[in-house]
Amino acid sequence: MDCVVTGGNVKVLAKAIHSLSRIGDELYVEPQEDGLALRSVNSSRSAYACFLFAPLFFSRYTIPIGLAFRCKMAIKSVQAVFRSIATLEKTVEKCHIELDEQKNLLTFTLHCKHGLVKTHNLSFQDSEILQAVFDKDSYSNVFRSHPRLLVDTVVHFPPSLEEVTVSVSDDRMWVKNHVEDETDRSKAMLTELCLASDEFDHFSVQVQNSVTFCLKELRGLLVFAESTGLPISMYFDEPGSPVVLSVTDSVLEGNFVLATLSDDSNLRKNNTKRACTPPPPPDDFMNDDMDSYLIAMDTSVMPGPSASRPPSPPGPPNKKFCSLFFGSVLPPSSQMTTQPLTGQEVLASDSEDDVQ
Amino acid sequence: MPLSTQSQGDAEQYVLVACLDNARNLSNILKAITFKDHAIFSATPNGLKVTVEDSKCLQANAFIQSEIFQEYTIKEDSVGFQVNLTVLLDCLNIFGGSTAPGVSTALRMCYKGYGYPLTLFLEEGGVVTVCKINTQEPEEPVDFEFCSTNVTNKVILQSESLKEAFSELDMTSEVLQITMSPSQPYFRLSTFGNSGNAHYDYPKDSDMMELFKCTKTQTNRYKMSLLKPSTKALALSCKVSVRTDSRGFLSLQYLVRNDDGQICFVEYYCCPDEEVAED
Repeated sequence: MDCVVTGGNVKVLAKAIHSLSRIGDELYVEPQEDGLALRSVNSSRSAYACFLFAPLFFSRYTIPIGLAFRCKMAIKSVQAVFRSIATLEKTVEKCHIELDEQKNLLTFTLHCKHGLVKTHNLSFQDSEILQAVFDKDSYSNVFRSHPRLLVDTVVHFPPSLEEVTVSVSDDRMWVKNHVEDETDRSKAMLTELCLASDEFDHFSVQVQNSVTFCLKELRGLLVFAESTGLPISMYFDEPGSPVVLSVTDSVLEGNFVLATLSDDSNLRKNNTKRACTPPPPPDDFMNDDMDSYLIAMDTSVMPGPSASRPPSPPGPPNKKFCSLFFGSVLPPSSQMTTQPLTGQEVLASDSEDDVQ
Repeated sequence: MPLSTQSQGDAEQYVLVACLDNARNLSNILKAITFKDHAIFSATPNGLKVTVEDSKCLQANAFIQSEIFQEYTIKEDSVGFQVNLTVLLDCLNIFGGSTAPGVSTALRMCYKGYGYPLTLFLEEGGVVTVCKINTQEPEEPVDFEFCSTNVTNKVILQSESLKEAFSELDMTSEVLQITMSPSQPYFRLSTFGNSGNAHYDYPKDSDMMELFKCTKTQTNRYKMSLLKPSTKALALSCKVSVRTDSRGFLSLQYLVRNDDGQICFVEYYCCPDEEVAED
């Protein structure tokens, strides 16, 4: 792998890496034909982010031919390469990313002003495929706005706030902090903001519902979008299925996929009559509030269009496809009838490709 | 000025009297070498030299020439004592160390000789503070035996670019490796940390490179913990000279301009961490 990023794009790459660091501790790097994918996931698998940089983002983009290469490394190490964004802007002329497969090193070379050359040789580990299953285009509710709108909204919530609830009607969006417990409700400060549809560039609601997700992990995307000025698109469906926030331009696409609290837990919380408990849900995952953020990690082999996928490369044996599925496991009466569900096995659909 | 009239009577008793209209011209430069509590003061008619050492492997010296002082009187060829540097700095900044324009602390530093405390008269805005700091028997500073005739490699760089490199150094690396060579990579700083290694290369024709005189390829490693304090001196300086001798000992010399634009020097000497085979 041999890629070169020049000029202002170095800063964009650095910012993307910094925003991925807000999600997880490891950076997954996968040079693909359609571009360089940088991904991160949090430890509970409830937040995932992916930046795909098209070949045109680079002034040179050469990827290893043949077997797919992917690796992961501590994101802190990569952040150290791009430590000071301000300095990057002023001094870095180009950034060269090279792979040395024999030594398991990924080399970042920054060519700076005054002839200074900074070379960082970072060790990496082989990694499993990291790819979230989501199809944002199928979601009922789609919004798009300048990042400033979301940044200005989010600024009203304390940095320590874990979760927010976003509710929508035909022409309004409410954003409020989510308070866990009934008892906390009376003591906690509740903040609610209302945004009108005309504040958005695009506001389309097919189903009026609410989703609750973790705000902290989103902030990284907001910082990135604000600095690049790219509009943020938000997609969500019913509670339980993930909320997807994206930024796109001609040479890059960033997707932040966050799990949302499933419907039953929302209902249970709002239920003031404690005596009246809802019927036991059909699935174990519905019981525990915390586990409403789902962790279904599946190790089935991916079928379908990738039947032509080459066999696992030699080295770490039994590399299996792992799918990350956010949101609750759907009860048997699932709407996703196009996919056969056997127990907890989740099979990837054709449309799950995370690059649209 | 109140300070001079105060000590007029006992001026005879002092072996050393040094005055500054702006105490920052001393305190700022001392901050660049404050990595240990104790400092050895050595005054000669040429000026003041303050030395701080760490485990006999690192030595920092700050030189303030007599010309920097508004008054500098020394009655002996050499006056030496040891004081707690942290306490001295606290006293020099006793008025809060504000950097408001036009406001500065005036200093009159007096020493009567062996066994006597170091007396500081500090004045700001008409308020006078007298500090007496106990002195100790000065230890003999280590002689690193670094002489110009033994220097194999020397570069002078503008501090600006080196500051950037030092601020980014991977602190998980135990050593800082310095390679100096008449051929590629010319001048290289390397670290070996948890996530991998990093190299900062300065070409000999860089416009940041004011002087490049390397006679043979040398690679030496120095303990990062020893060199870390030198970044304070680097931050104050506008130019730095890096020299290594045939034994691999490192000399870093920093050119520092004080508030009044006068030049002072700070130098660091450091022993190499281990023998690295020279290429």
